[in-house]
This record gives sequence, C-alpha cells and structure tokens, in this order.
Amino acid sequence: MTLLEVRDLDARHGLLQAVRGVSLSLERGDTLALVGANGAGKSTLLRTIAGAHPAAGGEILFDGRRINHLPAHRRVALGIGVVPEGRQLFLSLTVEENLLVAARPGEWTIDRVLEAFPLIAERRRSRAVNLSGGERQAVAIARALMANPSLLLLDEVSLGLAPVTVDDLYRSLRAVIAAGTTVLLVEQDLSRALGICQRVACMLEGRIVLEGRAGELTREQVTEAYFGLGRLEGAGRPEAAPGAGVAHQEASP
Amino acid sequence: MTWINAIIQGILLGGLYALFACGLSLMFGVMRIINLAHGDLALVGTFMVMVVAQHVGLSPFAALLIVLPGAAIVGYLLQYGLFTPSLRGGELSPLLATFGLSIVIGNLLLEVFSADTHSLSAGALTTASWRISSQISISALSGVIFGVAILVLGGLQLMLSHTQLGRMMRATADDAATAELVGINAKRVYAVAAAIALATAALAGTFFGMRSSFDPTLGPAQLIFAFEAVVIGGLGSLWGTLVGGIALGLAQTIGAQAFGAGWSIVCGHVLFLAVLAFRSQGIFAPRQERA
Amino acid sequence: MSSIVPAARSNLPHPELRVQRWTRASLTFSSATGVLVVLLALVPFWFGPNVTEKLTELFVLIILAAMWNALAGYAGLVSVGQQAFIGIGAYAVIVLTDHGINGFLAVVLAALFCGVVSLPTSLLVFRLRGGQFAIGMWVVAELFRLLVTNDQSLGGGTGVSLNVLNVYSPADRQAYTYWVALALLVVLMLVGFLLLRSRLGASLQAIRDDERAAESVGVPVLRAKRIVFLLAAVGCGAAGAITLINTLIVTPDSIFSVQWSAYMIFMVLLGGLGTFEGPVLGALVLFGIQQEFQNDGSWYLVGLGVVAIVVTLLLPRGVWGWVVERFHIQLVPVGHTVRSLLRRTAGR
Repeated sequence: MTLLEVRDLDARHGLLQAVRGVSLSLERGDTLALVGANGAGKSTLLRTIAGAHPAAGGEILFDGRRINHLPAHRRVALGIGVVPEGRQLFLSLTVEENLLVAARPGEWTIDRVLEAFPLIAERRRSRAVNLSGGERQAVAIARALMANPSLLLLDEVSLGLAPVTVDDLYRSLRAVIAAGTTVLLVEQDLSRALGICQRVACMLEGRIVLEGRAGELTREQVTEAYFGLGRLEGAGRPEAAPGAGVAHQEASP
Repeated sequence: MTWINAIIQGILLGGLYALFACGLSLMFGVMRIINLAHGDLALVGTFMVMVVAQHVGLSPFAALLIVLPGAAIVGYLLQYGLFTPSLRGGELSPLLATFGLSIVIGNLLLEVFSADTHSLSAGALTTASWRISSQISISALSGVIFGVAILVLGGLQLMLSHTQLGRMMRATADDAATAELVGINAKRVYAVAAAIALATAALAGTFFGMRSSFDPTLGPAQLIFAFEAVVIGGLGSLWGTLVGGIALGLAQTIGAQAFGAGWSIVCGHVLFLAVLAFRSQGIFAPRQERA
Repeated sequence: MSSIVPAARSNLPHPELRVQRWTRASLTFSSATGVLVVLLALVPFWFGPNVTEKLTELFVLIILAAMWNALAGYAGLVSVGQQAFIGIGAYAVIVLTDHGINGFLAVVLAALFCGVVSLPTSLLVFRLRGGQFAIGMWVVAELFRLLVTNDQSLGGGTGVSLNVLNVYSPADRQAYTYWVALALLVVLMLVGFLLLRSRLGASLQAIRDDERAAESVGVPVLRAKRIVFLLAAVGCGAAGAITLINTLIVTPDSIFSVQWSAYMIFMVLLGGLGTFEGPVLGALVLFGIQQEFQNDGSWYLVGLGVVAIVVTLLLPRGVWGWVVERFHIQLVPVGHTVRSLLRRTAGR
C-alpha cells in the first residue's frame, strides 16, 4: 500500500528552483535514503513533503490523500513525523518536555522512546540547551517518534557529530525501522545510508538522477550520480547521462 | 497616611499592577508582540462590567462571570484577525497595528461613554478594612486584589510549567516553525495566549474600576504601568512581574508620601528609568537570550 | 544626465558603467521643489494671516512626518514618545523668552536644546529594543509632562501663553512665524536628505536590512541610530516650538499628548515607511483630513486609527511605497543607479 507518493514536485528558494519535477513513492515499511551533494535539493524536498516549505507545483499524496495545502501540523496529525536539519530542539524546555509536547497516542510512549535511545535516558530532566550535539540529535529523533508517525522523515542526522555517536544513533534507528516505521532519510554519508536503507535515490541540482535498490546499485554508480560524473562523458548538454547505471526516467509533464 | 501604611498600600497596589502586566508579559513571551492596546482593552473590560452590572442588575463581581469569557473570546478573535496577520509585515507591524488599535478603542470609548468619570461598586469591600493596629489598616479591596493577583499568577505559572498547553506555548515561543513540525498549531497557541491575556486584562481593569474612578482616556496610563512593572521585574518571569509591580507600587506610594500626591507617578517613572540605567534586564534577568 | 564619478577608469572592471545618483525624474523634481520653496516664501505677500497660519500647521506636520519616518523607516526605531521633544521644544521657548531672548531666535535654540536632551535620553532608551523602546519613549514623554504639570513657574496644568511676540503687529508676527517655519522645514529636509545620501544613509540601509550583519562588517550601528535620534529630536522640538509661536498658548496635556504620535504614525504609514517623499504626501493627506473633520471629535481619530491598522496589515509600504515599488520611481535622489553607457551610444 503506497504510503507516500510524490508526483512532479517543484519547489523554489526565492528565484532558484531547488526541486525540479521530482517523483518518488514509498510503500509502507520502505526505507529510502536520499543522497546527494550539498545544495542538491534534498532538504528542500524533505521540508516540502513535511509542509515546512511551499510546493510550487506537483502533488504530494499521503495515504492516497492530497496534502499539498495542509499546514505542517495537520500533516503531523496524519502521521508524518519530521526530524529537522539542525535538530531544532526547544531549548528552554527539558528533554522530557520536548518529548511530551510532541506526544500523540500510540506505541511510542516516553518510556519506550527513552529505552530506544539510551543516550538520553539519563538526561530526562536536563534542559535541552545543556545537551551535547549527539544527545540533541537523539532527542530530536525521539521527539518525532513521540508523535507515532507512520512516515518518519530524517534530515541529515549525522551532521557535525562524532562517528561513535552516529553509530549509536543508527543503532537506535535500526530498532525504529525494525518496528515497522516507514523511513525517508536524507544523508550525506553514503555508506551509512546504504547500510540502513533498502532503497536509495540520488539527487543532483533538484532532480533525482538515480534510483534503485541499495543491493543492486554499485557504489561506483551512486558516486557517479552523486557528483554528476556521468554528465562529463559525452558532448553537449548533459540531460541524458550516458553510461550511468540505472538512470531515472523524468516523468513527462 | 503614615509611612507604614504607604508601604503596605504600595505592596498591595503592586498586585494590581502585576495583574495588568501578566497579560502583556504573556503575549510578549509567547509571540513577541507588545500589545500597545493592552491598557485600552483592559478598560473595555471595565466598561463592559459596568454596562452588564447596570443592565442586568448584578454586582460587578457577578458581571465578571459574563465579561471574562467574553474578553477571552475577543482576545482569541483579535489574535486571528489582527495580531497574527501583523506578524507577517515584519518587526514594526505589530507595534503600528496595536497602536492603531489603541487609538481606535480609546476614542470609541470616548464617543460611546463620553469623558465622564465612572466607578464600579465593590459593595461592602469598598470601605471595609482590616485593622492591624491603631496606626495600620489594610483596605480590604486592595487585599483581595493582591490575593487574586497571586492566584492568577500562580495559576498561570502552573499552567505554563505543568500542562500540555503550557509546554506548547513555551515550545512555540522558542521556535514556532519547529513547533509546527511536531504537530503544534502555532496560530491556535497564539490565540489561546491572547485570550488569556485579554481575560486577565479585563479582570485587572475591573479591579482598577473598583479601586478608583475611571474614564475612557486612562487606557494608555495602565499600559505604561504594566510595562514598567514588566521591565522592572525583568522579562521572561511571571513572578518577576509581581516583584516589578510591587516595586512600582512602592515607588508611587512612597513618592506620594514623601513629596505629595502629584509626584507619585513621577517617582514610578524615575524608578523605571533608573532600572533601565543600572540593570536593564530587570531584577530577575531572563532565563535565556532570545535570538 | 549623469553626474560623473571620477575614477581611474582603466582600473575599473567595468569601465563602461557609471554610478549615477540623479535620474531625469529626480532632477526635474528637485528643481520643481526649489521653485516651489521660492513661491512659498512669497505667500505672506499675497495672502493673509489665515492662510499663513494654516500653512504653518502644514509645515509642522511635514516636519513631524519626516522625522518619524527617519526614525522608524531608516533607523528602525519605532517611537511612540516623540511628543516628549515636541513638548520640550515648546516649553524651552517659554523659558528662553522669559529670559529675554527674542521669540523667533528662541525657536531655533529650543530645537537645538532638544538635540542636546536627546543624547542622555538615548543612553537610557537605547537599552530597550523594538516595542519596549516604543513604550520607553512614551514613558519619557509622560515623565516630562508630569514634571511640567507640577511646575507652577511653567504654568502647571493649566498651561501658559506666550506674550513676548506681542511687540510685533499680528500680521508681521504671523508672517515671521510662517517664514521661520518654512526655513526650518527646508533646513531639516536638506539635512535629512544630505545625511541619507551620505555614508550614514548607506549605514542605515544596512542596519535596516540586517542589523547584526551590518554590525559584523563594521557599520557603527549605535552611532548611526543616535544621530538619527538626535535629528528627530531637533525636528520634533522645532515642530513644538513653531506650534507654540503659531498658536501662542500651550498646555502640558496637549503638547505632550500621545496624539502627536498617532498623527505621525498615520502620516508615515499612509505615505510609506522608508521613502523620502512618502511622509510629505502623508502630511498633506492628514492636513486635508484635519481641515475637513477636526470638529467631529473622536470619530475622526477612530478613522485615522482604522486606516493605520488597515494600511499596516495590507499595504506595509504605504500607498506611496507601493507606487515606488511598482513603477521604480524615486523622485528624491537618495539612492544609486548603475547605468550602462554602451546602450546609449549604441542607439546613436
């Protein structure tokens, strides 16, 4: 059953087209890693799906329902959970309050969430402003889970954190995935992304240029797509990338 | 009036100022809006209580039961209709819009009720007093006002720290955009805050009307006192607002005792400016720097 | 029609471009304004005291609008307490003339005095930001109002009238008042204009766009704001002083009234915050409304307030500001335009 379907989505940053005609779909239980260089449009795509950024064109369907014009908080009520880039905790609230404020009924209760993230279990009553980067990231993910989302969107969870900390976070993420949550993960770290997700899509300059199952694509193919290397071969305008692995067919308007 | 009485009166007066100030403080804390119409809106509450009391034949206290919910509803609607839209225009817009609102309300009140002074009857409370000694007595009305102020501030503080609504308000105050991303309807949170702010303002206005005579032009003066109480006590703390109110009340009553009635308000202003000069964060510094 | 900015042209990366400060439209407009000022100066010879008195009122409004616009539109300081300086200006004239100084000279000195008062005031009120600054200034105004009310030597609450100008015949007095008002208006506008064209103007633009960024590149934010605050104090003081010599009577409740702020805000909002010409238009509109509706008491103020709210919510740049944005007109040359010479020579 298709949980999320994005059709021909456009999004702008001022005059700049950040997302161009992107289409993708996620079934329940899917895990999709969205990779690409800085500025490729991954975060904007995520934020547009979450409702934090307006869609300039195209459709977003969640559970069969068109959500383009729903404000972000209504999308959360429908089951979309977001872990925003930069964590964005409520700094004057404690860890516990950060979690409680996002709570919606479901399996993920505050105790279960703290169990899944031992990193922060001890820091329950600390104010968020006093946490380290890794702890904040854990709280950010935990907070999104407290809303019991059916789709979890994560934006750059490894950014600025020590590898050991990221290992811990990804361990907890595995548990979340194992519990059946559908996940769309934006990640610059290719190997981590491929290690945890079944599918991967690579973005370049606002478009999806490569998509497939993580096991089927070679690392070379993904790297080429990541850096747009496939376009350097062949002459003229690099619209169709010659010699690149599984190329994504652009949806016809 | 002896000095001790002046001090006691000052402290009790502080309760009234704190009641005026907590709505202003709440709106600023949650949505960064200084509502320049706050005093005038409080006065609307006073006049509404007067009208309801006269037409329905109730005491002002009973009339409050009707006016307070009404004020809350007006606050809720004003937020959606005026305050939130003004946030879109940038930093200056809410100031200009609320100032415009202050002018509109003040002059509408003048047109409807004329410049005559009125007062609300607190019944037996108006003249009752508690004798502590031969020199010292406490006006019962002032005592009740102070008590209500403590209850209201305490209730608000409890709401903010221990309820889901309070958490949502504090979260939205920290970061409204992220609040939306975790499912909080920021606009509705703002509206609830405005509703509470206006209800407390109407309550303060009513007590003010019982304590002294009032006319439509007094709105701005109450705004200024409320603001001074907030600044003296320090932004970001409800209990600080109480301390600020008490400090202001003391400055006024002691000033009147020392220099004469015409100087009471001046002394309040001087205290405000002195706090600005020497400790601009107020007596209780805010808990964190707001970016 | 370009004013040439001399430079070692061969070093510039784009020698075919010139920075131009005056466009055809702005030069025409500025010349027209000059002619207008000369014509206005001649008015007392052609019209009677009624007209000059009304025009003086208009000049006061224009000064106030320009000053409030400088504060809020250029320095980002929304003050709801400029009436402090309006009142101080008026009462300074009273004090100065009590000490034997000529009434008209006293107007200028009173305005300068307000500038002096603004410096320690700014030390206090600049500790507040945004809405708190607005009310802080209001508190300052209230403080001065109460101090004057309590001072019997200044007439206390009932006010005082200005008698020293009775040495002049009424017609002469009105004419001199008019000329003083016109002269102050022109001087203040010129000073404002020059300041905005100067480095200060660029600093203010930067502050207006992003204060922290401006600070981080070395823009002297506090000093720039203080200069504008001082100018606005001088201007408002001049306005208050002129009002006194125009009406010959003053009371603390009227001269320190927050209604002055209401007028200033209305004029600037209508005309457009941050444009140079906008406030003048706003002043003209308010003047017109005042002449029509002043007798309708509070309803006309309600109307002003409603317009202010509507304009704030729907037309944040005011009516004139909307025009400027839409048609890219700037009549008063406080900006810069880059013109390419290539295009022009190619057409020949």
